[in-house]
Amino acid sequence: MKKDIILAGVGGQGILSIAAVIGMAAIDNGLYMKQAEVHGMSQRGGDVHSDLRISDREIASDLIPEGKADMIISVEPMESLRYVPMLAPDGWIITNINPYVNITNYPDMDDILKEIKSIPNHIALDANKMADEIGSKKSANMVILGAASLFLGLKYEHLENAIAKLFKNKGVDVIEINLKALAAGKIFADNYNKN
Amino acid sequence: MIQAVLEFMEKLMLLGDEAIAQGAIDAGISGIYAYPGTPSTEIMEYVINSKEAKQSKIRSGWATNEKTAMEAALGMSYTGKRAIVCMKHVGLNVAADAFINSAITGANGGLLVVAADDPSMHSSQNEQDSRFFGKFAMIPALEPSNQQEAYDMIHYGFEISEKFEIPVLMRITTRLAHSRSAVVRKQTRPQNEIHLPGNLKQFILLPANARRQYKHLLQSQANFQEESDNSIMNQYIDGPDKKLGIVACGISFNYLMENFPDKKIPYPVLKLGQYPITRPKMKKLYDECDEILVLEEGYPIIEELIGSFFGLGKTIKGRLDGTISRDGELNPNIVGKSLGMEFAQTRPLPSVVTGRPPKLCKGCPHIYSYNALNEALTNYSKGRVFSDIGCYTLGALEPFDAINTCVDMGASITMAKGAADAGYKPAISVIGDSTFTHSGMTGLLDAVNDNSSITVVILDNATVAMTGGQKSSATGKLEKICEAIGVHKDHIIVMNPSPKYHEENMKVFKKEIEYEGVSVIIPRRECLHTAARRIKEEKKKKELEKIKSE
Repeated sequence: MKKDIILAGVGGQGILSIAAVIGMAAIDNGLYMKQAEVHGMSQRGGDVHSDLRISDREIASDLIPEGKADMIISVEPMESLRYVPMLAPDGWIITNINPYVNITNYPDMDDILKEIKSIPNHIALDANKMADEIGSKKSANMVILGAASLFLGLKYEHLENAIAKLFKNKGVDVIEINLKALAAGKIFADNYNKN
Repeated sequence: MIQAVLEFMEKLMLLGDEAIAQGAIDAGISGIYAYPGTPSTEIMEYVINSKEAKQSKIRSGWATNEKTAMEAALGMSYTGKRAIVCMKHVGLNVAADAFINSAITGANGGLLVVAADDPSMHSSQNEQDSRFFGKFAMIPALEPSNQQEAYDMIHYGFEISEKFEIPVLMRITTRLAHSRSAVVRKQTRPQNEIHLPGNLKQFILLPANARRQYKHLLQSQANFQEESDNSIMNQYIDGPDKKLGIVACGISFNYLMENFPDKKIPYPVLKLGQYPITRPKMKKLYDECDEILVLEEGYPIIEELIGSFFGLGKTIKGRLDGTISRDGELNPNIVGKSLGMEFAQTRPLPSVVTGRPPKLCKGCPHIYSYNALNEALTNYSKGRVFSDIGCYTLGALEPFDAINTCVDMGASITMAKGAADAGYKPAISVIGDSTFTHSGMTGLLDAVNDNSSITVVILDNATVAMTGGQKSSATGKLEKICEAIGVHKDHIIVMNPSPKYHEENMKVFKKEIEYEGVSVIIPRRECLHTAARRIKEEKKKKELEKIKSE
């Protein structure tokens, strides 16, 4: 089992919360993990990504080779496309469709969606709206993770356990809402595939 | 007991920086010194937040600059205790005087210097290679390939530092510093007791002593060489195909292995993790193989060393002959291609994707400082603002286009002074509060002593913002420092960089720019991120106190 995952977003959007859940679920199940993060200048509203690699065999490189990523998980639609050259031919894009517009020349959303849909394996979802419906805007990232959960090669319960562990200090309510968000994302992805 | 052992063996998920910090705590340091700088910042942050470090009374906290950090670490080593000092690569330039001379004095308690290089310049102004500094100082240097090695090498580094009574350099690069992986801890060592060096003249570098100490350093080279020759950090891994021999330094070994999923590399490989370079293993590789490929992050140091000046001898491939790009960091694809591997065409970058450069945060106080300064300068020709290193360097980008230089910490003040001395008026310096105390104060003294006509704008957001909001040495002290340096107090003006005071601030800039002499303007408002974090922490503290009192 080996999954190479690129997490994408804009500095400040909290992509590392997704990495933390996947990483913890992997480690708790005896898998190897490497995760390269971005710190420093780019965190000031620039494009950021993290290479997350999990495997049942030892992992050599901290960076994913070009064209080998099994999936791109993105919290921002244009950012999901920035890493398309890294994606394996049969790789997945799982992305939020809410644009983060902090540049004057942000492209037309229709063009972005068209491009995302040209990747055969994709899931595009309005995670902000879904999180809002659950009652916590903050859990949009867990909705996206829920949608990605079908392709991670990890058991769904293991992701749930990791969320419970990571949010332990924040109380039962926070855990509950994040689990709900995870479930909403998973259900969406299940149905998306059927359509 | 078994439980204790199990807990001890528990894997920690650590960034390379954090592995170094945990390694230092476990190796029995008594203190850590550092100035924030990407990609080294998380080493100190980890120790500051470590409960174990607090329990062991390990000294931690940010220094004013890398030089003061290096000197304090040397002072701790003088007393016989172990110390570590951490900085980014260019920080070692600032600390260089103390660093180079610490090789002459030698160390008493174990002394480790960590320099984090930033090839590809993700957050830096150059990609200088700190291994050169190790060679320049003539001290042993270590270069880990992964997080576990980083942890282990800290223990080993302190061992050889005390064995040879010499500071030891550890060089890491961005990807190791900021990548997370499992680390298994070793047994912890107790801290040293205070014990001064046997020779109390060792640290007095008067010429007569310095000559003796320098001879001692030269004589020690053979010991450093022997240590490296026998070190497990340098591994010769044999392979059947002698057409090529590969030298892989530090993290480049991982990129090499990535291209061989079954871990079987057909060629002999010399995995290097310690300097000076091992001669017997390097010679074996050179003698047995037809050609040599050198994989190294940063400068082609080894390639140059083993290659021939006149192009004689065997072919050495690497960054100098064009097999690998001369600049930029390595990755699995670059290393694969250097071995002649071919990679399938990947999907192109969709044309709809546009650049998203970093920028000042929404509502950042710097925005309003630049808006007022730009307007105050509308009637002057362009190219008058000398700036510095920090978040405010983003003022170089649109829509501000507000600054004209960014060279090294503190250079804004002295470059503005030089320009003013040349008769270029007005000349304006824009510097951050922490950068000012790091290296700006001495330049301000020069300007005062020469009565150079410059306007120094110290953007005071009460934090080291770019590296994530560390404590600034300048907080609460700026006016007093400037007045003590000799700036007239009528020309030390504090303003609130907010849109509400735009007109007022703009007029202050205009007036002070006209002033013949040194004036200091301090736009003061806390960084939004630091303020948010502070308020959150204060709230948490209050809640805890409330629970306690109930």
